[in-house]
Amino acid sequence: MQSLTFLGIESSCDDTAAAVVRHVPGAAAQILASVVDGQVALHAPFGGVVPELAARAHAERLDFCVERALAEAGVSLSDLDGIAVTAGPGLIGGVLSGVMCAKGIAAGTGLPLVGVNHLAGHALTPRLTDGLAFPYLMLLVSGGHCQFLRVAGVEDYTRLGGSIDDAPGEAFDKVAKLLGLPQPGGPAVEAAAKTGDARRFALPRPLLDRPGCDMSFSGLKTAVLRTRDRLAADQGGLHLQDRADICAGFQAAVADVLGEKTRRALDLAPVTGFAVAGGVAANSAIRAVLETVCLAKGVPFLAPPLRLCTDNAAMIAWAGIERFRAGARDGMDLMARPRWPLDTTSPALLGFGKKGAKA
Amino acid sequence: MSSAAPLSIFLASEQETARFGEWLAARLRPGDTLLLEGQIGAGKTHLARSLIRARLGRMEDVPSPTFTLVQTYDAGDTEIWHADLYRLSHPDEVTELGLEAAFDTAICLIEWPDRLGSLAPPGAMRLQLSQEGEGRRLLVSGGRADLRAAIMQDWPADA
Repeated sequence: MQSLTFLGIESSCDDTAAAVVRHVPGAAAQILASVVDGQVALHAPFGGVVPELAARAHAERLDFCVERALAEAGVSLSDLDGIAVTAGPGLIGGVLSGVMCAKGIAAGTGLPLVGVNHLAGHALTPRLTDGLAFPYLMLLVSGGHCQFLRVAGVEDYTRLGGSIDDAPGEAFDKVAKLLGLPQPGGPAVEAAAKTGDARRFALPRPLLDRPGCDMSFSGLKTAVLRTRDRLAADQGGLHLQDRADICAGFQAAVADVLGEKTRRALDLAPVTGFAVAGGVAANSAIRAVLETVCLAKGVPFLAPPLRLCTDNAAMIAWAGIERFRAGARDGMDLMARPRWPLDTTSPALLGFGKKGAKA
Repeated sequence: MSSAAPLSIFLASEQETARFGEWLAARLRPGDTLLLEGQIGAGKTHLARSLIRARLGRMEDVPSPTFTLVQTYDAGDTEIWHADLYRLSHPDEVTELGLEAAFDTAICLIEWPDRLGSLAPPGAMRLQLSQEGEGRRLLVSGGRADLRAAIMQDWPADA
């Protein structure tokens, strides 16, 4: 195996990112630079991610991100062995900006180009940070994603289950919104929950009664809404303690569901370890439940540092190195793909029963 | 949009909302747009998800479009566009998403359609959902007259 140094480019959602990762066989991978240029500040006055701005901002920032990453890594383009770029899934404008940038660099330097699935970037991160051996179990849990993946190889992903509706990160955001807490909802709900009593309100644990690893969080949001409205009707408003108790109850319900489904996923097949990635992994209550489950099962628990769990380009560079070693090469026909499931063989929804039409 | 009073239907449960979505799925055609209105938790995504799965006729993952803004599905004869415009701040961004073109050729399900401003297709059907007890109140207005008539026949008011 040769030593490889890859540039990674990521622009599939809100952040523009570039990174340089080097892997010398037999040693731990080195992140020489990881630049993440968040668009949060840019979008702040608009109250959300504005796609038109996002695509344009990615295009405007990518060159500078790449320049910065190379400078911070202390390497030049000629020191690289390849370019890896997120080719999907994500907002098409952003992905396209990244792919065009990567193609430009590849064409100009003659370096090999490797397209990377954004989700594969997350899924391979435990190998970047801890050198975890295949096969392992991965829980991707963020604003837009929630799935259990059995990762058996660089191109070998089996989806064991996932949310059949909202992702937990989205549920946190919406619960925060329902309760008048600031966005992003994850940290706000967690902070409010600290002084709350999780047992005061009986919130549902959706799909816990059903076999398999599928999850549902949309109903939990509705339950929070009902609880809020009932309190408002009974007492004319919500006290701070009410809000704290609802947050604690909601968080406990999410943690219980993720914990129980993790237990089931671990029972399906032996793995070398369990890794959780995504912004929701930053929630300490959820993390504690997942760690407890792993401890009971005797499976090593891994949570890569948050900066490598949220969107970044180091994971893309790393996934590029892994794919390159497996023989992957892409040409100038590399396409940006807004939808790109990692596992195209497993049914998307295990146990989903189709209901007949009424008429 | 029709000036007639909206049709009012009570959907007693989540399953009932899903059945309404499935019923609609069989009757929508390319160029039809549904504007899904209602507060967070009103059931907009739930209705859209049931509709999309029924139209596709397969076990498809239908994630909420809140983060991705738009999810598109290949439904054989046409595309289904499922959009959540909550995060948009200006109608210009609708054009950037490619929605205007999709209104003509695809089946479009639009959550938070108030962000469309004047870009909302005049022939779109408006579905307003609100919580009512354990169920949902659905107000239907606009859209094709034949589709409204079919709803009136198969979904009697407050059945």
